[in-house]
Amino acid sequence: MSLTREEVEKIALLARLEISDEEMSGFVENLSNIIDFVEQLAAAPVDGVTPMAHPLDMHQRLRADDVSEADQRDLFQQNAPAVEAGLYLVPRVIE
Amino acid sequence: MDIHASTLSELSAGLAAGEYSSEELTRHYLGRIEQHADLNAFITVLPEQALESARAADQRRREGEAGPLTGIPLAHKDIFCTRGILTTCGSKILSNFKSPYDATVVQRLDAAGMVLLGKTNMDEFAMGSSNETSWYGPCQNPWDESRVPGGSSGGSAAAVAARLAPVATGTDTGGSIRQPAALTGITGLKPTYGRVSRFGMIAFASSLDQGGILALSAEDAAHVLGAMAGFDANDSTSVDRPVPDYAGDIAAADLGGLRIGVPGEFFEEGLDPDVATAVRDALGVLEGLGATLVDVELPHLGLSVPTYYVVAPAEASSNLSRFDGVRYGYRAEGVSDLLDLYRRSRGEGFGAEVKRRIMTGTYALSAGYYDAYYLQAQKVRQLITDDFRKAFTKVDVVMGPTTPTPAFGIGDKTDDPITMYLNDIYTIAANLAGLPAMSVPCGLVEGLPVGLQMVGGHFEESQLLGIAHRYQGATDWHRRMPEGY
Repeated sequence: MSLTREEVEKIALLARLEISDEEMSGFVENLSNIIDFVEQLAAAPVDGVTPMAHPLDMHQRLRADDVSEADQRDLFQQNAPAVEAGLYLVPRVIE
Repeated sequence: MDIHASTLSELSAGLAAGEYSSEELTRHYLGRIEQHADLNAFITVLPEQALESARAADQRRREGEAGPLTGIPLAHKDIFCTRGILTTCGSKILSNFKSPYDATVVQRLDAAGMVLLGKTNMDEFAMGSSNETSWYGPCQNPWDESRVPGGSSGGSAAAVAARLAPVATGTDTGGSIRQPAALTGITGLKPTYGRVSRFGMIAFASSLDQGGILALSAEDAAHVLGAMAGFDANDSTSVDRPVPDYAGDIAAADLGGLRIGVPGEFFEEGLDPDVATAVRDALGVLEGLGATLVDVELPHLGLSVPTYYVVAPAEASSNLSRFDGVRYGYRAEGVSDLLDLYRRSRGEGFGAEVKRRIMTGTYALSAGYYDAYYLQAQKVRQLITDDFRKAFTKVDVVMGPTTPTPAFGIGDKTDDPITMYLNDIYTIAANLAGLPAMSVPCGLVEGLPVGLQMVGGHFEESQLLGIAHRYQGATDWHRRMPEGY
């Protein structure tokens, strides 16, 4: 196993995922296998190779900072689990 | 002949000749979707809306305003946002999400007068090669209902193969159009990265994702690509380049002098010998049409799967952070605080494969590991892309099998993620390099379809479609239908 249970628990916390106890041992095994599998990249001959960020030699397109969107808050909030007075509701953050 | 045995191009001619109306066509396909509901190809069917669109298309035709796609029914993969219509991406976390806007692809095909029948089943967030990770359950392959249709665009592939829709959209991040097209005996096209707008196409791995088409012929795909492709200011990676007349170009295609590169790496261990034979026979047909076969090398092809399983999960872990249980989508009940809200909404809302990929990506990007995994993978990605660049100095197109085997059984590969990942060994490299690629049906192995894969240079869609069109003029594999449909 290249990953321990504690390491996977830490990854799950960083990724904001709750993993049940029953699921955890399976994930420790799967993720270890995946990490072992991708380890073969370490042996690739990459000296002097520029990392590739994008498939085409493109530059980021810029545009003028103009307002182009209309306010559609009410429409967007129809998909929200809990709203009130145009605000999204979450559990209390500040006491 | 039954209407649904027709290709889109034939239906277009039938509509133009007044043999049937779009409303009649639409009723026919809606009836077939209902009749074959057991395939589980659709997540949402839209009978009323479809009939309304069909009547509008018929009206447009009466007014002399119809184009080649006006009145033709289609299905969208449920990854494309559709205004006011459920858009789930195959996930519980979006099982209550009605998009407030249309994807650019949806807008464009709607403007062409196409009639939306419904939204198709898919692997959750397009993460899978069998359609088995869908929260809506697996989709069946119409050639053998105990087998998978491939994935992630499995519902679109099954729907077109079973003639429940004459054409469907799909997306391809590592083979998600080509692999299901191969396993269901239809024609699949993944265009060049940036050719089709990603706006409103729910993001998985943004440097790899590309929308495309699952169709019954290259000619059909050419018609639809012409309407789908083109610059979109709403997608920062959309390419501002004129859209060729694909349908016109393929009619003029000539394979005389065409150089086809055949990489030895596509025919190594792991390839089913009967699939290899079918692919070599197809290459023989192309030789007979005037093409020359040339040996080429893609020495780093074997590293494409591990490269992909760093790059794609890394991008996914970032893209899927937007699902937070606050602004839209599923929210867990009875949470104690904000962290608990995030963790439980995501923990309950995502399936196992999506969680695996988010965690793989989170690990690969985490402090201390970034150079060893993500940066290294981006360098190997460059090596793989350079292999193609070198091959394209000698040849016009590269060909081989789309998949190592025909369709496998539902449940056969769900226990071991890596076995599942290796299904995409031949398809992933085109995504890493951003190249256009197709799968074309080229035979049956024990009654199951297999595909010939063609990979072209950037923006060479016309050439790929033209080759496939000539091949389909000389063979009839693309006209074969699964029994009972």
